[in-house]
Amino acid sequence: MAETAYWEAIRRAHDEEMANDKMVICMGEDIGIAGGTYKATSGLYEKYGEERVIDTPISENSYTGIGIGASMVGMRPIIEIMSINFALLALDTLINAAAKIRYMSGGQLQCPIVMRTPGGTAHQLAAQHSARLARMFMSTSGLRVVTPRGPLDAYGMLKSAIRSNDPVIIIEHEQMYNLKEDIPEEEFFRPLEGAEVVREGSDITLIGYNYSVHLCLEAAKRLEADGISAEVLDLRALKPLDRESIRKTVEKTNRVVIAEEDEAPVGVGAEIMAIILEDCFYALDSQPVRIHAADVPVPYNAKLEKAAIPNADDVYQGALKALGKI
Amino acid sequence: MKDADKKRILREMIFYRRFEDRTFEAYMERKIGGFLHLYTGQEAVATGVLEMAVTGQGQKNDYVVTGYRDHVHAIKTGAPAREVMAELYGKETGSSKGRGGSMHIFDASQNFMGGYALVGQPFPLAAGFALGAKHKGSDQIAICFLGDGANNQGTFHETMNMAKVWNLPVLFVCENNQYAIGTRIERSTAVLDQYKRVCAYDMEASQHDGMDVDVVMEASKKAIDFVRSGKGPYFIEFMTYRYRGHSMSDAKGYRTKEEEAEWEKRDPIKIYSERLIKEGIISQDDIKAWEKEIDDEIENDIIKFAEESPEPKVEDLTKYVLDDNPDPRWIGPLQK
Ligand SMILES: Cc1ncc(C[n+]2csc(CCOP(=O)(O)OP(=O)(O)O)c2C)c(N)n1
Ligand SMILES: [Mg+2]
Repeated sequence: MAETAYWEAIRRAHDEEMANDKMVICMGEDIGIAGGTYKATSGLYEKYGEERVIDTPISENSYTGIGIGASMVGMRPIIEIMSINFALLALDTLINAAAKIRYMSGGQLQCPIVMRTPGGTAHQLAAQHSARLARMFMSTSGLRVVTPRGPLDAYGMLKSAIRSNDPVIIIEHEQMYNLKEDIPEEEFFRPLEGAEVVREGSDITLIGYNYSVHLCLEAAKRLEADGISAEVLDLRALKPLDRESIRKTVEKTNRVVIAEEDEAPVGVGAEIMAIILEDCFYALDSQPVRIHAADVPVPYNAKLEKAAIPNADDVYQGALKALGKI
Repeated sequence: MKDADKKRILREMIFYRRFEDRTFEAYMERKIGGFLHLYTGQEAVATGVLEMAVTGQGQKNDYVVTGYRDHVHAIKTGAPAREVMAELYGKETGSSKGRGGSMHIFDASQNFMGGYALVGQPFPLAAGFALGAKHKGSDQIAICFLGDGANNQGTFHETMNMAKVWNLPVLFVCENNQYAIGTRIERSTAVLDQYKRVCAYDMEASQHDGMDVDVVMEASKKAIDFVRSGKGPYFIEFMTYRYRGHSMSDAKGYRTKEEEAEWEKRDPIKIYSERLIKEGIISQDDIKAWEKEIDDEIENDIIKFAEESPEPKVEDLTKYVLDDNPDPRWIGPLQK
């Protein structure tokens, strides 16, 4: 085992996969000579050269499209988008092309790209650098969307994503790049499908994904101090969703809080709520509770920002509500 | 060029014209749905450019991509015409198994990389094919056919820039028919000569008559040789005209009968057949005979195949969304 930061885990996965397969390339803004905004590609340019570690101009839609085209002829491009906010410029090539080409061609072609991008609020980056947008990608047929919560998944899921034959969006988080965890030194893979119970409990389930898993874990600790046993389910993959694991945990604990950093309308929580109602409505002892951001563009002012974005205390309070304690 | 090749090229253009005419009829009979964009009038461009490219060699072909006006490009690249027709009929035997339709013809076995409906989207895809070809050390090139209207998309500028910076083996073919649906180029575009626009990216470019297939072939040969020799991308513009409406729902109210008549005088099939007759390579009777053969083939083989082929099964609705046989090591599900 080796203590590894989230960004180092991503870097290691790149390095191993690039060493293993010459068709793996990476591309994005400032990923080469500069080493990547979050260092996730540092040292790769020196090791693999400019043909395989491609510094792109600021043309998100078209360099994503070039990556997609390359993937259709056998390459395995890992496309880094500096921030998920900028991925909005690449929606045409991602959603109209990558997600649909296998289908439109009757299965003749595939687009095995990986797009990595941080989605989430950091500290006072204001409205145009704080988008989350997972809900937009998870509602698109033909894409896979995963949200590694820590270094183990960041490494193992990136390696799987590179080898998978589908377009995979990996949503990272600006506040997680320095998160550390012990991970095996031998090579391993983590699957792109399946939610995971990251803490067992019996009284209530807290469901999260990406950064909100950490809010759930923190809330679970506080609940434990109150004598309440909370289970935490990390969705891991938003597309396709693991309905089975959602049903199982709800049937076990009968109460549920869904925590998302995004705004509520047409969101991840709304989808999970619908699944719970469809699959295990009669297992519920109380109404499910959604914890989510305020329906506003993210403000700059620190106090306002804090008020807009959910934290562990919000999840804790949500649990008390679901438990009928407030 | 050998006489036999000249004859074949003329016959191919006549075939494309009659193929498109027949799709028009099938559309009227409601055998074909959706949007249908016909290539009538522009035949010399795809025919001439692709005659000079590597086609008919399957996976060794150059990569070809275009927009939604794609039937002729697909057939000339190597897609069987009966499969293209079956695709228009939405049949399981169609080029894209009935999942794509007229605007999304694909034949990966011939490196025909698709027809795309998003105007301007093929620019970066083509550059990506070129990047892949270069990376693999192959001498294939990518050829991207798009209209004049597509050059007003951001993808045009973004891709020209990257194609040049990365010295990619890609040929951009601009089929300038002067209209984007009903908007004439003067009303939408500051620079009318499209080839001039890529000088902003220091790219080689030229403009030619797109109604004379000999001119198209000569110019394309130079451009293709340039690209294949590793000198980088090339942008070639052909002046052409589409005779029919933009798609089937278009009454052509935005242009005059006089303008149409002017262009029809320079019809690519007319120009080339007159030339071959004058050279004594063919006679008017040969053309008559071909027309009959072609119509027979279209009716008794191509249309028959499309009509008689089965539709896709509803049980297969969700096939081809993601990899249908994923490797559990990468995909899971997670073992608990
Ligand atoms: C992104 C996008 N915007 C608008 C349209 C609608 N549309 C379809 S074809 C077309 C005109 C394109 O003209 P041009 O590129 O000159 O090609 P032509 O049809 O003349 O061959 C438009 C506006 C579209 N399909 N995609
Ligand atoms: Mg046009």
